[in-house]
Amino acid sequence: MTATLEVRNLQTHFFTRAGVVKAVNDVSFSVNRGQILGLVGESGSGKSVTGFSIIGLVDPPGRIVGGSILYQGRDLAKLSEREMRDLRGNRIAMIFQDPMMTLNPVLRIDTQMIEAVQAHARVSRADARTRSRDALGMVGIPSPEERLEAYPHQFSGGMRQRVAIAIALLHNPDLLIADEPTTALDVTIQAQILAEVQKLAADHGTALVWVTHDLSVIAGLADDIAVMYAGRVVEAGKAATVLDTPAHPYTAGLIGSVPSRNQRGSKLRQIPGMTPSLLSLPPGCAFRTRCSRATSVCEQEPPVGEVTPGRTARCFHPLESVAA
Amino acid sequence: MSAPIIELRHVSKRFGPQHDLAARLARNVATRFGRPTPNETVRAVDDVSFAIAKGEVVGLVGESGCGKSTVGRMVAGIMPTTEGQVLFEGQDVNTLSAEKTRAAKLKIQMIFQDPYASLNPRLRVEEIVGEAPSVHGMVPRGQFGSYVDAQLRRAGLDPAFKRRYPHQFSGGQRQRIGIARALAVQPEFLVCDEAVAALDVSIQAQILNLFMDLRQELGLTYLFISHDLGVVEHLSDRVLIMYLGRIVEAAPTEEVFLRPNHPYTQALLAEVPRIEARKRRFTAIKGEIPSPLNPPSGCHFHPRCPHAMPRCSVEVPAFKEVAAGHRSACHLND
Ligand SMILES: Nc1ncnc2c1ncn2[C@@H]1O[C@H](COP(=O)(O)OP(=O)(O)OP(=O)(O)O)[C@@H](O)[C@H]1O
Ligand SMILES: Nc1ncnc2c1ncn2[C@@H]1O[C@H](COP(=O)(O)OP(=O)(O)OP(=O)(O)O)[C@@H](O)[C@H]1O
Ligand code: SF4
Ligand code: SF4
Ligand SMILES: [Mg+2]
Ligand SMILES: [Mg+2]
Repeated sequence: MTATLEVRNLQTHFFTRAGVVKAVNDVSFSVNRGQILGLVGESGSGKSVTGFSIIGLVDPPGRIVGGSILYQGRDLAKLSEREMRDLRGNRIAMIFQDPMMTLNPVLRIDTQMIEAVQAHARVSRADARTRSRDALGMVGIPSPEERLEAYPHQFSGGMRQRVAIAIALLHNPDLLIADEPTTALDVTIQAQILAEVQKLAADHGTALVWVTHDLSVIAGLADDIAVMYAGRVVEAGKAATVLDTPAHPYTAGLIGSVPSRNQRGSKLRQIPGMTPSLLSLPPGCAFRTRCSRATSVCEQEPPVGEVTPGRTARCFHPLESVAA
Repeated sequence: MSAPIIELRHVSKRFGPQHDLAARLARNVATRFGRPTPNETVRAVDDVSFAIAKGEVVGLVGESGCGKSTVGRMVAGIMPTTEGQVLFEGQDVNTLSAEKTRAAKLKIQMIFQDPYASLNPRLRVEEIVGEAPSVHGMVPRGQFGSYVDAQLRRAGLDPAFKRRYPHQFSGGQRQRIGIARALAVQPEFLVCDEAVAALDVSIQAQILNLFMDLRQELGLTYLFISHDLGVVEHLSDRVLIMYLGRIVEAAPTEEVFLRPNHPYTQALLAEVPRIEARKRRFTAIKGEIPSPLNPPSGCHFHPRCPHAMPRCSVEVPAFKEVAAGHRSACHLND
């Protein structure tokens, strides 16, 4: 079976005046039909830029400089802008971390949603409006009929986020990239949306890339997980395996920082040190300066190795190998 | 408990309709043809009262759209109330002199929920973070650069990027710019509106540890709005639970998590996803979510409440003490 999405050795760099920011620097993963991949990682590690690269919206001075992105076996980089426009918002959709990337502040919600429906479906304005209203209801916005007439600034933060989700789901995409889609949502509304998304994956076969910092969402939602650090995937495998027995020291540190794993009111565990600047990454493992397991061999580039069957890590001294 | 630094007394906030001309015309036509004009006033906050003592950390949680950010803005003095009073250090903010208002506004800072909209896209990060403190004379002459660097580093940002514009940062980096900006003016009171929602848990831990240090060292007070109950439990002394514009429960943190009284709070806590839980089916909301355009009568929660009784749809439950320092608004307590 061809994967719905296969990202191979993707590299996306920003050519700024201060130097080249290697935001995405050799990222590979794949997602099959109906599967959910959880993409987690440090803030600034390249998750959003990976998403922008997939849907072809990297703005200059950024550029994809290497690798390939295959959608149902087709190389997206080889498509014309027109072909890409037909896919985007239709077969491939993205929920942006910033809902205002989807929404226009000066247009009413109904205007925007009707336009989004009619961009890829030949339906009357009245039908498009009905579909928009139902989509708002589906993401838990009460009084959808009245709310259609509002402007984005009249919505709460979480409501704006939900409108962006509703728009992305309008055409039952085959591939959905969701970038922190539920960061501002309470658990009840979040569960509503996750239920819809699971339904979409199960009934329609949508493949999902779900970017989030919320590891408990990943635990409940994702089949597979990829952990990013400084522009690279440092660990990947089944979600349960990675969360239960993280192999990469970064993943282990991340899981240890979850507040519920810490005593109430005490200092929270955090990974020591700071993220290295992507402008001047030291040679070798990018996590080296913060890693308690680092040795001199870590000054070389760690290769991607299979730690346990189906689970890989980019590390010379993965945790499992010691435990075993 | 020391005197409150902030107090809200019977505060309400309503937003009227803001239609453009075309919408008004369409609406008139619709009304003429017999379609009823729906009620369009959003009752975002409805008769809310609470006080926060100096040095306290108060968590504010509730469903998306229930009015948390609106409360936060009124506390921070950047949005007027429709009804009721906001008192800062015991004085109604509307009666403060212009000078005192300015001072109060500086002492209360807000970290905004939306890290995108709240940063001026045309300013460099060093200006965003450094401008207010230098205007207010907090930066010693000639030390602008080092002051900004220190603020950025404290929020976990690399000062090497201070000449960049907001759009050149990731979501979580932008959120930290907002945190650095709020802390740079040395506030006494911080309204944190989903302030760490865009951060990975390790950087989140770093920021939360910073908040706790500032509280210890400088006696900083916090109103901490968050949907993340794990974070709220970890950080707060006391928690306020909001539902559709009203506060329905208020109690010391441990009490809320151990003995939630209000059925909404109980439902909320039952749904907290746990990292220990594995792949599971999420459940959709049963029934309709009530709307602030047309809130249910009586107890706002009655359409979704498993314990609803006839009187719940008629009478607004009183917000009363159920244990020491623990208040709840539910008829089951009678
Ligand atoms: N336009 C740009 N110019 C220069 N650098 C950029 C630009 N956009 C992003 N970057 C940098 O690229 C890196 C990756 O950014 P990205 O937005 O993908 O991070 P992320 O993993 O999504 O983080 P977060 O979790 O905080 O949203 C960041 O370090 C960011 O500063
Ligand atoms: N400027 C405005 N004009 C009209 N309505 C508004 C405005 N700001 C907020 N509202 C409405 O007030 C209600 C409460 O909004 P608020 O932003 O306080 O919610 P919230 O609890 O912070 O939600 P979230 O968790 O989604 O951020 C919502 O129904 C919203 O649509
Ligand atoms: S390669 Fe070395 S420095 Fe990098 S994570 Fe593994 S042990 Fe740590
Ligand atoms: S007052 Fe009635 S409807 Fe409201 S929470 Fe209590 S039992 Fe439920
Ligand atoms: Mg991002
Ligand atoms: Mg809000």
